[in-house]
Amino acid sequence: MPYISNTENDQKEMLAKIGVKSIEELFDNIPDELRHNQALNIPALSEMELMAEMERMAHDTSESLTCFAGGGVYDHYIPSAVGTIVNRPEFMTAYTPYQPEVAQGTLQVIYEFQTHICRLTGMDIANASMYDGASAAAEALALSMRITRRSRVIVAETVNPVYRQVIKTTLDGLGAEIVSLPISHGQCDLNKLEDLVDESTAAVLIAQPNFFGSFEDVNAVGEVAHKVGAKFVSIVDPVVQAITKAPGDYGADIVVGEAQPLGIPLSYGGPLLGFFAARQELARHMPGRIAGCTKDKEGKQGFVLTLQTREQHIRREKATSNICTNQALCATAASVYISLLGKEGLKQVALLSLEKAHQAVEQICALDGYSLYFDQPFVREVAIKTVRPAGEIVAALTKEGILPGIDAGRWYPQMKDCLVMALTEKRTAEDIERLVYSLKKIGVNDVVSQM
Amino acid sequence: MQEGLLIYDKSVTGRKGYTLPDTESGETELLGNIPEQFRRDDDAKLPEITEPETMRHFVALSAKNHHIEKGFYPLGSCTMKYNPKRNDASASLKGFSGHHPLTPCSSSGGLLELMYGLMHDLGEISGFDQVSLQPVAGAQGEFSGLLIMQAYHRERGEKRTKIIIPDSAHGTNPASVSSVGYETIQIKSNEQGIIAPESVAEIMDESVAGMMLTNPNTLGIFESHCKEIAEIVHACGGLMYMDGANLNANMGIFRPGDVGFDMMHFNLHKTMSTPHGGGGPGAGAIGVTSELGKYLPFPVLEKNDRNELFFNYDRPHSIGRLHSFFGNFGNMVRAFAYIRTLGGKGIRRVSENAVLNANYLKESLKDAFDLPYEGHCMHEFVLSGNRQKKKGVKTLDMAKRMLDFGIHPPTVYFPLIVQEAMMIEPTETETKETLDDFIEIMKQIAREVEESPETVTAAPHSTVVKRLDEAGAVRNLDVCLKG
Ligand SMILES: Cc1ncc(COP(=O)(O)O)c(C=O)c1O
Repeated sequence: MPYISNTENDQKEMLAKIGVKSIEELFDNIPDELRHNQALNIPALSEMELMAEMERMAHDTSESLTCFAGGGVYDHYIPSAVGTIVNRPEFMTAYTPYQPEVAQGTLQVIYEFQTHICRLTGMDIANASMYDGASAAAEALALSMRITRRSRVIVAETVNPVYRQVIKTTLDGLGAEIVSLPISHGQCDLNKLEDLVDESTAAVLIAQPNFFGSFEDVNAVGEVAHKVGAKFVSIVDPVVQAITKAPGDYGADIVVGEAQPLGIPLSYGGPLLGFFAARQELARHMPGRIAGCTKDKEGKQGFVLTLQTREQHIRREKATSNICTNQALCATAASVYISLLGKEGLKQVALLSLEKAHQAVEQICALDGYSLYFDQPFVREVAIKTVRPAGEIVAALTKEGILPGIDAGRWYPQMKDCLVMALTEKRTAEDIERLVYSLKKIGVNDVVSQM
Repeated sequence: MQEGLLIYDKSVTGRKGYTLPDTESGETELLGNIPEQFRRDDDAKLPEITEPETMRHFVALSAKNHHIEKGFYPLGSCTMKYNPKRNDASASLKGFSGHHPLTPCSSSGGLLELMYGLMHDLGEISGFDQVSLQPVAGAQGEFSGLLIMQAYHRERGEKRTKIIIPDSAHGTNPASVSSVGYETIQIKSNEQGIIAPESVAEIMDESVAGMMLTNPNTLGIFESHCKEIAEIVHACGGLMYMDGANLNANMGIFRPGDVGFDMMHFNLHKTMSTPHGGGGPGAGAIGVTSELGKYLPFPVLEKNDRNELFFNYDRPHSIGRLHSFFGNFGNMVRAFAYIRTLGGKGIRRVSENAVLNANYLKESLKDAFDLPYEGHCMHEFVLSGNRQKKKGVKTLDMAKRMLDFGIHPPTVYFPLIVQEAMMIEPTETETKETLDDFIEIMKQIAREVEESPETVTAAPHSTVVKRLDEAGAVRNLDVCLKG
């Protein structure tokens, strides 16, 4: 039997020591009426057979799809060294660092990850990770509600729709009043925001850039939020953060987001890597694990999990969050990625992605029937107005091996002719050419079919 | 901060650890696409290091970790079993790892097939009719189960506010209860270490939404009255949740879905061998009865009338969405590889041997330490260090002393109902030789407590750092390198 070490002889010796005749007797605490007396209906495969099955399923997809879709996760290049480190059993097969003396590796990696996130966002403290960007956003709002003792949270409709879904689920039981801040020309409507905030508002949540790649007027949003004593929560992208203003410089109180772009594969959307950063005064209200630097009894520097009295294993029902297992190995991947790319490399990834997006947009908008959906600057994502429903374009191009983007109409019913695209440094001139060709073809077909 | 330790200390301006193509336009021109007020003022002060130096840094760090491939790791309730490499090889196949989650289902067939297969297997193992793979950790599974209770009662026009939780429960249980706005009522375990039906009957009423029971519980004891307890809870209109973190004890032997539990979570990162990664990622699938299926988080993976798999978002009774996409797919692949390598028979053997190993350790150690609960244990058991504490040596000291022998200590000071607790879970992947070594080490430490307690109280002696000042870490909070 794979993975089980005991031989029949071992079992005999062990049973003798225990003083029973059979393994069966060890289960005597389970009453007969609770027993399952049939074999489980699950087939067993040898490694060869298993791998063949896995290969078959992994290839029963359009593996070669050229990806122009984002929506929260991005197809960036992952340097080989990232996988080499992350696959080391020392990182991969360790548990949560409960015994710091034998977990200095993991703890220091977390400390460095926290530092990277603080430096990218301009915040003072970051945690060891959240499940994903969406749950991090939800926890940021829950934190805001706790410390302001207010229940109204304002969430911009320009925030990634799946984040908004997760927020709704997460805050459901906490008595939150979730208020949607409408879109106006690809941005959140600032005038409406003025009307919506009041003394019961715990937080205002926006994304910079937002779901459509547009810039929000973050300074104005922050001012409106702070005027009523609400927390200003900003969702940012860690790659874009290399070239855009740090939220610490525009007054955000809490910064969250998805760090999958930092060296973590798409993997059908998980595991991801939520990050959570805040200003110093919120340190003791943060969710999740936090590594801190300290000294051992001989004065040597070392790392431990700190501020643990916030956490569920100590504080139980009064904990700041129920999170226990998090996404530590993904944080390790992100730390290796950031170490390799560094200050210049991360900026280079951001600039290359921006350049590719502009090159693609220029060519696409030169086609009949396509244009920028919002005529304004963009980064990370770009919204394109399409000649026919974006959903049809996605379906058709996927069959040709191109995932052209996301159909905004899935979440914004009035925007069925909007394709949201994301380009990374991985997209070549040929990829873009193929995309443009296919978009042109499907546009022409449309004209023909209408005649 | 000591010089030379952090990656930042190794940074030298101008060094590069990457190769990327050049942009065609210059930086200034490209940044011109970003409105000035939104541009970054100064570059983020990230490190600048070469690839070889980066590798040395992380490899040196890795050497400071204990891990399952280095040595024994008997952390109770964490199920630190070997993590098979074929699981990882499967998860890293390009068709899985490179697939974008917003790809249409028609182009994701193999991935959906795998998920569907895993849902089947977990249903078969647990006896539940419907499974959602979306929760990414046990705690998120608990959270969704509690939301399901809320939705269930809301639909019946009832407003219930409390959840019953045993005093031996894991901290995530009460924390999850609070995170849905419910209130925890803690219930005492009896002298046998389990919950007596009478004590549930005593507090069960119409204000109680349900009960969370870990089975076997964190003492490693099977809750043999679980069926009767479920009947009491059901009779008052409540629902029964099983915390399945300890499922490694009874696969193929006991199926909670058959005997009165309404739902449970799995910790695939424990029972199904997906690696812990130094704290995650996990995977916390939930199983529910067919009656509760309509409340599962959306999207739900279903088959259409042409027998094709698709994600159904049109689920009006759903509690909502928990994750940006479908959960931790990479760990679903690993769990599926694990389950399918063992098959139904092998899965049962896993539990049999996990229980055998735990009982062997318990029997071998019960004289050297206090054993608060007699009787056969399941996959883990709890010892108390009370006897040693009287000699001035705490469980924490003994745990630290174990580090000197190259093993990881058990879970300590949990469950909270045992003083000086040591919660020991060997798992089935360990050899008898490893267990015998552990027994010897534990006995030696017990002897040291008698003969030279300072050896134990001053431990660890051989680790890269000595005992760390945790209170100091809180007082002088340093959680990020300033600068
Ligand atoms: C008994 C028990 N319940 C729940 C959990 C929580 O699971 P997770 O850490 O995956 O959130 C754990 C483990 O940490 C546990 O041991």
